[in-house]
Order: sequence, then C-alpha cells, then structure tokens
Amino acid sequence: MKSSLEKPKGLSKDKILLIVTGCIVGIAAVLLTIFGNPGNMGFCIACFIRDISGAVKLHNAGVVQYVRPEIIGLVLGAFVISLVKGEFKPRGGSSPMLRFMIAFCVMVGALVFLGCPLRMVLRLAAGDLNALVALVGFACGIAIGCWFLNNGFSLGKAYPQSALEGAALPAINVGLLILAVFGTSLLAYSEKGPGSMHAPIVLALACGLVVGIMAQRSRMCFAGGIRDIILLKDWTLTLGFVAVFVSALVFNLIAGKFKLGFTGQPVAHAQHFWNFIGMVVVGLGSVMLGGCPLRQLILAGEGNSDSGVAVLGFAVGAAFAHNFGLASSAASADSLGGPGINGKVAVFICLAFLLVVAGVKTFAKKEN
Amino acid sequence: MLELDLTGLSCPEPVVKTKRALKENPQGVVSIVDNRAALENVSRFGRAMGYKVNAVEKDGAWRIEITK
Repeated sequence: MKSSLEKPKGLSKDKILLIVTGCIVGIAAVLLTIFGNPGNMGFCIACFIRDISGAVKLHNAGVVQYVRPEIIGLVLGAFVISLVKGEFKPRGGSSPMLRFMIAFCVMVGALVFLGCPLRMVLRLAAGDLNALVALVGFACGIAIGCWFLNNGFSLGKAYPQSALEGAALPAINVGLLILAVFGTSLLAYSEKGPGSMHAPIVLALACGLVVGIMAQRSRMCFAGGIRDIILLKDWTLTLGFVAVFVSALVFNLIAGKFKLGFTGQPVAHAQHFWNFIGMVVVGLGSVMLGGCPLRQLILAGEGNSDSGVAVLGFAVGAAFAHNFGLASSAASADSLGGPGINGKVAVFICLAFLLVVAGVKTFAKKEN
Repeated sequence: MLELDLTGLSCPEPVVKTKRALKENPQGVVSIVDNRAALENVSRFGRAMGYKVNAVEKDGAWRIEITK
C-alpha cells in the first residue's frame, strides 16, 4: 500500500491538526479550572498522577489525593482511537527498568517546579512568570538530551508484544474509573488543598477523552516541539505548544483569570533556580523517554508497554516525592514555598542519574 | 542504496538516524519504520531537506525511500 504523504501545499494536515488540538487543550484546561480544578491546573499530568498515587494510598499527603478522571480519559481516549484507526500496536522491551527510573526522575523534577510541561504552558498563559524561568530550564534540558541523541543515544529497540500486554495500562485506568465511580470509600480523597478542588467527574472525563483522542491523532508532545527545532529545525510540533498557549491566554483574559507576575500565583513558588533546575530534569528525561509525560500517557494508550512502565515510574516517583518531602510546597502568605533540603538534594541526584544513563547509553553501546 | 532498519525505535531516533545517514549518503537512503509517528517524522524531514519521499507499507512497517 502506498502512503499518501505527498508534499503538502500550504498548511499541511498535521499542522492543522496540531493547532486544533492545541486550541482544544487550552480551552478545555481553562474550562476545567472554571468548573473546579485548582488554579492554572486544568491539565497537569504530573500533578494528576501524583493525586492518583495519593488516592490509592501510595503516599499520605492529605491535600493531594484524588482520582483525576482527566488522566483516565487521556489514556482511554488514545486507546479507543488507536484501536479504531488500526494504530493500536503493542510494543515493549526497550529498557523498561531504565524508563521506569527516568520517569521517576522526571516526576521529581516536575514536582520541584510544581507542574509538567503542559501545566508550565498553562501557567505561562495565565501570566505566571515563574513558568518562563521553567521554560528556559526545560529547553536547556531538551538541548542536553538532543546532544546525546545526536551522538547516538538510544534505549534500544522495542519488540511486538501481546494485545494483553498492550492493553494492561488502559485496563488499569478502567479499574481506576470503576473505583472513582463506585468505590470511593476505598480511596483516600482530599478534604482540603488542591486535591479537594476538581471539576465534575463527567466533565473531567469528557475533557480527558477528547484531548486523548486529539493528542493521539496529532502526536502532540511538549518536549518534541523544542526537540525538533533543535535537532531538525522543524517547527511542526511547536505549533501545538503555541496553540495551547494562545488559546488558554485568550480564554484566561476573557474569564478574568490572567494575572501577570512572579508572586501570588496559584500552586506555584518563585524560587527561580529550583524552577529552572527542576525543569532541566524534566526536559532531559522527556527526551530520553521519547516524549513528555502527556505523550507517555498517549503512547501507553496505543499499547506501548514501555510508556506504560514510564507512567508507573511517574506514579511511584510522585509517591516518593511526597513520602520523602521532595516535592516543593506552594508559596503562601506564611511561606515562600519551594523545595526543602530533601527536594534540593533529590533534584541534583536525579540530574546526575539522567546524565550517567544518557552517557552510558550514548557512548558505551558495545557493552549494552 | 543504504537501508536502515529503524523498527522498534522510539521517537525521535528514526528521524535522527535518517538524518545522520543522509549526511553520509547525500544521494539518498531507505528507512524502514514500524509506527505512523516515525513514518510522518521521517517523511516530513526528508521533504524539508528537498528529497523525494516515497513510502510503501508492508506487514505493518513502512519502507520509506528518500531520494534526490
């Protein structure tokens, strides 16, 4: 069968799809905050997986425990559309343990900043200038990852797996959904703090499903956008990034949710160095994993069990981040917020670990 | 023409390896990938570099010819 990938005239289909997806993500994100999600947290893959970790009692931070239907929707949306489009391809076996540990580090970095790359863009679109510092860190981390890629970095090949293996993470999400609807008494749910703030379950699930479907079709990836500019001078994936920013910015301005500045921002802190270095870890780790946390969820929905393992790495990383005091606290009237000493040490250990793994998987291939 | 087996590699390795191969073989290469994201990335890169791109699907993989 011949592919229909002729040279496009004007704006190509993939670019249009990315712009539409970005606009839907931006609008859905602001909508979710209007209907109850925490400030600038319509979507945050790191925060939401952290909340789910808490809900299933992997950690005991009482203010961040809730089964976020958005995550379930993202995975199941990608799962269903990949089945419909014949793109559900169970694959796995590309350094799963290393991917677990890299994902663990990405989560620690994200929780030092207080957000994944998607929330970073949403925070920026609401005027939170701390996210601009984080964006510089994120880009630096991606640039480091690109240097390793250019020198031959690889986590190795994935191989075909059974349908059951590919469907495992989507099945876990079905289980979570059943628990969220019928088994809330078994779960830990926050009574105050960000975990207690959430949009109605149907709306959150619907937004997750729609974004999951669109992200699967468009291959949206927040790390991929900057990575492709550096590696290939290709701006295609960046269009999604920009569309999320512009649509959320416009919607925030209309809804009166835009507030420019470093301080007084919701679920954020203004410790610039730690925002920067946290996102260096996220950028580098995301390049090593082959995509940002959102992309890992989508790939896991498509049957990629390596990405499924990465999602579990995020969940365990989040649990450790809260059990061992690695996550930052948000700034408040009484505190500047930011990471404690454990978090500061952990983020450097994570960075060192990523650099060692990247170095070994780039320059010591014969031994691997 | 140089043929690259890029099946099973996660994004963006197929396109990075294609780019490196094209640097050493500017007349063209063949990249074999097994997922649609890689097909789109490699094809887009080939076209952006001014090459002709022709992809043929067989048994769930794509043979992408990138030629002058």
